[in-house]
Amino acid sequence: MSTHKITTKKVNFKVFRFNADVDYLPYYEDYNMEVTSEEVVLDILNRIKWDHDGSFSYRRSCRHGICGTCAIKVNGRSTLACKERMNDMIELFGNELTIEPLSVKRAIKDLIIDKGDFWEKHEAIHPYLISDVQEHPEHEHIVTPEEAERLLEADLCIQCGACHYACPVVEINDDFFGPAAFAKAYRFEADVRDDAIDERLQELHQEKQGLWDCVKCFECAEACPKDVNPIDKITKLHQMLFQRGVATSNVATRHAVAFKHSIAKFGVLDEGGMVLYSERLAIVKHVPLAIKMFVKGKIVPPWSIVKSTNLDEIQKLIKSSSTAKF
Amino acid sequence: MKMKKLKYALFTGCTAKQSTPEQMMSTLAVAKKLNIELVELTEASCCGASHLQDYDDFLSLVLNARNIAYAEKHELTMVTICNTCQLNTAMTKHRLDNNAELKAKVNEKLGEVGLEYKGTSNIIHFLYAIIDDIGLDKIKEMVVTPLSQFNIAPFYGCHNIRPSELQNETHKTPENPYNPRSLDDLIIACGGNNVDYVEKNKCCGFHVELQAPHTSAVLAGKAVSGAMDANADWMVTPCPLCHLKLDTQTNHLSEAIGREVALPVLHMQQMLGLALGCTNEELGFKHHIEKVNFI
Repeated sequence: MSTHKITTKKVNFKVFRFNADVDYLPYYEDYNMEVTSEEVVLDILNRIKWDHDGSFSYRRSCRHGICGTCAIKVNGRSTLACKERMNDMIELFGNELTIEPLSVKRAIKDLIIDKGDFWEKHEAIHPYLISDVQEHPEHEHIVTPEEAERLLEADLCIQCGACHYACPVVEINDDFFGPAAFAKAYRFEADVRDDAIDERLQELHQEKQGLWDCVKCFECAEACPKDVNPIDKITKLHQMLFQRGVATSNVATRHAVAFKHSIAKFGVLDEGGMVLYSERLAIVKHVPLAIKMFVKGKIVPPWSIVKSTNLDEIQKLIKSSSTAKF
Repeated sequence: MKMKKLKYALFTGCTAKQSTPEQMMSTLAVAKKLNIELVELTEASCCGASHLQDYDDFLSLVLNARNIAYAEKHELTMVTICNTCQLNTAMTKHRLDNNAELKAKVNEKLGEVGLEYKGTSNIIHFLYAIIDDIGLDKIKEMVVTPLSQFNIAPFYGCHNIRPSELQNETHKTPENPYNPRSLDDLIIACGGNNVDYVEKNKCCGFHVELQAPHTSAVLAGKAVSGAMDANADWMVTPCPLCHLKLDTQTNHLSEAIGREVALPVLHMQQMLGLALGCTNEELGFKHHIEKVNFI
């Protein structure tokens, strides 16, 4: 039997402090502490409050990684304080750790933030089953295991906000639904009992707030403590838009479809042609940049594009393997 | 000391042949210096650039599997020089290798053109191939022009470091997306001073340039701005898409964030090429929009 030895390490914590009632600006307070190999981040927060400063504020509840209350950021990385082992944090970032709220600009007091925008977005995507439920059903509404599997990991979300406040688009665009709301929307879009799939999808793909504004950075997938993989659900919602005929012709949908056309013609991309197909007349706004790029030898006209060898294979595969229409 | 000759199948991606010719030039120049043989996969199609699968997932898988099948035919590791090519290709491999049913479906289609995806070739970005197979110590020994007078800001690009499961699968020294080291270490091996800034592992906004130009410009603007505040002389990136975003439209970026931002941005291969003694002509600096003002 192996013996488990508890070790300690010295760590300097720079902790975000702010009280919206009295402080003009936030500041960082240093706490030098001995950290044992048994501790999680929440233990450190507790010790700061209990041993150093009783006014230090943060949210916590279940301590079992299921209530989603204690999400914060350590060195910019979203983390559930009660689940994250200190040893892993020290191994990753060294012994200087910065503890911050999930979103600095939403701080109310220390690590406590106003999560209002998260809940508004959550509500906006209708996070519930929309169905005409019979008051006196004559039989159960059966969902087969295969149908239940279609929800994938989307059902595991604990609404901690880790992905939402790791999303760079949420930081810039107030209208954007954000990864958590999309993953939750997918959970109901994939539910066979839901009767409002197309209606919900309609709202999900509107410009500025919707699916096409995702930058595909995978920050949400990394941030999620429950492996919900929100970007995977966003991709599945993109696909549903086309499969269900809800997608409308706009610069984003034409852009996605343009890849197929370009590959069918050249194997590779016709970069200029792609922009023209996506933007149509709005391409005029790209003309100044196009001229600059042309001068620097960065634009290849369609007639000079080197096509893929064995292009006929590619064309044959596009014919035989296409599964979507637009 | 003579090095063992390394040989890879090169998936160039589309931009290397069109909007970033300097990336192709510097890749070949650096490969020559490092005694690497690159067999170009001229049969390869576009990877779908993380957009095609939004429209047609199965088609995207089939096309990417076809590209990999050609690398397998050569019995070579596939090297990519674009983060998004790396993502789409490695993601295809990940999905097919973990789902026999899907793999069979894809192979049914590939069979129609006499090809088969086996799963025998690894897929790795050139940056990691250099680090894994040549090693930073060896690079250090080979440097003839140390970049010691420069503060260099690494810009990693999302699709090389996230999702981390692909990092862990594709190479020997997987790095954490929250604290990546590879590009910093390469800067140091080239004799340069690596600067630290918050945006180095963040998104450049390239993929929403058409549909969300403001978001896209703010992200890239913040990246350049962060590098400037960290006192960087220039930036370096392993991704041609990040390069396009950071190099070609600084006027938009400046407008979006309300500050004049501009820095020369080099491809990872160009930085390495400078340190290894490649000529400026070989590295294609004339193709940059933002003037490479220090050569």
